[in-house]
Amino acid sequence: MKTIIEIKDLKREFLVGEEVVKALRSISFSIEEGEFVTIMGASGSGKSTLLNILGCLDTPTEGEYLLDGMSARKMTKNERARFRNKKIGFVFQSYNLLPRTTALENVELPLLYNPDINGKQRRLKAMQALNAVSLSDRIHHTPNQLSGGQQQRVAIARALVNDPVLILADEATGNLDTRTSYELMALFQQLNEEGKTIVFVTHEPDIAGFSKRNIVLKDGKVIKDTLVARPASALEALSSLPVNEEE
Amino acid sequence: MQVKNLIKIAFKAIGTNKLRSFLTMLGIIIGVASVIAMLAIGQGSSQSITSGISDMGSNMMIIMPGSENFRGLRMGPSNIQSLTVKDYKDLKDKATYLSAVSPVTNGGGQAIYGSNNWPVSILGANTDILSIRKYKIKSGDMFTERDVIASAKVCVIGKTIVDNLFVNGEDPIGKTVRFNKIPFKVIGVLTTKGENTMGQDQDDVIISPYTTVQKRITANTYLQSIFASAVSENMSDKAAEEITAILRQNHKIKAGDEDDFSVRSQQELIKTLSSTSQILTVLLAIIAGISLLVGGIGIMNIMYVSVTERTREIGLRIAVGAQTNNVLYQFLFESVLLSFTGGLIGITLGVATSFIIKSILQWPITVSTYSILLSFAVCTFTGIFFGWYPARKASRLDPIEALRYE
Repeated sequence: MKTIIEIKDLKREFLVGEEVVKALRSISFSIEEGEFVTIMGASGSGKSTLLNILGCLDTPTEGEYLLDGMSARKMTKNERARFRNKKIGFVFQSYNLLPRTTALENVELPLLYNPDINGKQRRLKAMQALNAVSLSDRIHHTPNQLSGGQQQRVAIARALVNDPVLILADEATGNLDTRTSYELMALFQQLNEEGKTIVFVTHEPDIAGFSKRNIVLKDGKVIKDTLVARPASALEALSSLPVNEEE
Repeated sequence: MQVKNLIKIAFKAIGTNKLRSFLTMLGIIIGVASVIAMLAIGQGSSQSITSGISDMGSNMMIIMPGSENFRGLRMGPSNIQSLTVKDYKDLKDKATYLSAVSPVTNGGGQAIYGSNNWPVSILGANTDILSIRKYKIKSGDMFTERDVIASAKVCVIGKTIVDNLFVNGEDPIGKTVRFNKIPFKVIGVLTTKGENTMGQDQDDVIISPYTTVQKRITANTYLQSIFASAVSENMSDKAAEEITAILRQNHKIKAGDEDDFSVRSQQELIKTLSSTSQILTVLLAIIAGISLLVGGIGIMNIMYVSVTERTREIGLRIAVGAQTNNVLYQFLFESVLLSFTGGLIGITLGVATSFIIKSILQWPITVSTYSILLSFAVCTFTGIFFGWYPARKASRLDPIEALRYE
């Protein structure tokens, strides 16, 4: 199986005033194609820093990071932008959809920055991505006409649209209630079944239970890296929730 | 990223903030509209001066007796009798840059017909005076060269004279008008010319052969001035040199001594008069330009607000693959679009205003193509210049910080 992420002795240090803050102290692990990994840790454990590096938004101080066999370390800013555009799909906690812009246009956004794709292909791919998240009937809705769960689905469609090797989710269920969270986790599980590699940063243990592998960070070090023996099914969890819980 | 996408994004951004975009554009709109209207007013007045002078004959040259040094006492032109009929004849025979030459001698007095009288100055000239002063005969005939030689007591008269002497609407042709008791037969009436730029009534005129005026009215052999036409406007300077050379020789003026005459061309007059209105135009343009600058600063301000407000959007765009230039051009294009649209509206408004002023206030107004092109260029430049800095700020944002921005 192909290795998507390979991290060796990764270190990231920040200079805050005179003081050197070691956010990541020598981390090593690799992620294979088709894995569904959750990265957990308390705040200050370095998981945001790791996420930024995995997302090629930041570069490590020391160590090596290979994404799809390529090192982002020596790339220029623009090369990294192109790399992100082709290889990574981001899902954020606060959705980050463009306001007053339809779901379809929001999903099309990454493709606008891909010169190889013309307007027709862009529309087609965006429709397919929205179809994959079951939002085909909401393509012309703007974010304020959609519920939180639907907005996050649009964001997931946006992450899928450029057919990335890695989907990077940052607390993607953090703003949602339990039921919607589980619905989204079911979607992630489904995407994973279809072969997508997913790295999901969270601090909720029940969310981690839906993944196949769990990495726990503390003080910039990996303290636990375990395979989940039998990942829970989000669909089953959903059906066991009391109906109309919120009402 | 394709230009088409850029345009789409920019239109979208402007469309989502319609009122704000309009208020931002208002600065540019007012600036451009005032530049166009001000230049139209300035140029209109400048052109009306020029065309007013051209009506009098744009290639006209006037030779006047100059100040004369009489034993150290300098005398005014009216006292001097330095221009003679010989000077006129020599100019007519020798000058190559002149197409027409006419001696001029004026005699003041009262014109009388029947029980009506009118104060007027009779203009003694030859037949060339019509082409030099751009007069035309409306009815009847101009006097001929033979009338000049014979000192015939004939005259052609302007409309003002007709109106004041022939009050009952009689046909003046063939009637006899007395000027200072000398009878002149009216043989022609001039077409109406109206006032000249200096406000003189050009129709208040009686023209007679200069020989007649010299013999019967002024009783002298001197000329008050000589009018001439240069072969073309551009030849005015050469013609002036030639006249000077011929007259200096005639008057036996030694090299280094002052001329005892002066040569003025209409070109000089045009220059003098239009320079005033050009200064006015420049002043108006500067004021309008300042308002355009203020409009530009307004755009810069709004673009800064827009960049700050859309920090998260910029962060997202960078995260999903927007390169530095993609973001830079997006915001640059937005500001150019603002100023460009503002410019278009401003031009429309400016041209409209000019025509409204023209039709209501009856001011002479000329909207020139160059002022439209100029303000278009200036406001596009304004968009780029004032949009550059905010756009650069946007393109250099750190996506990690930007995505977290609240």
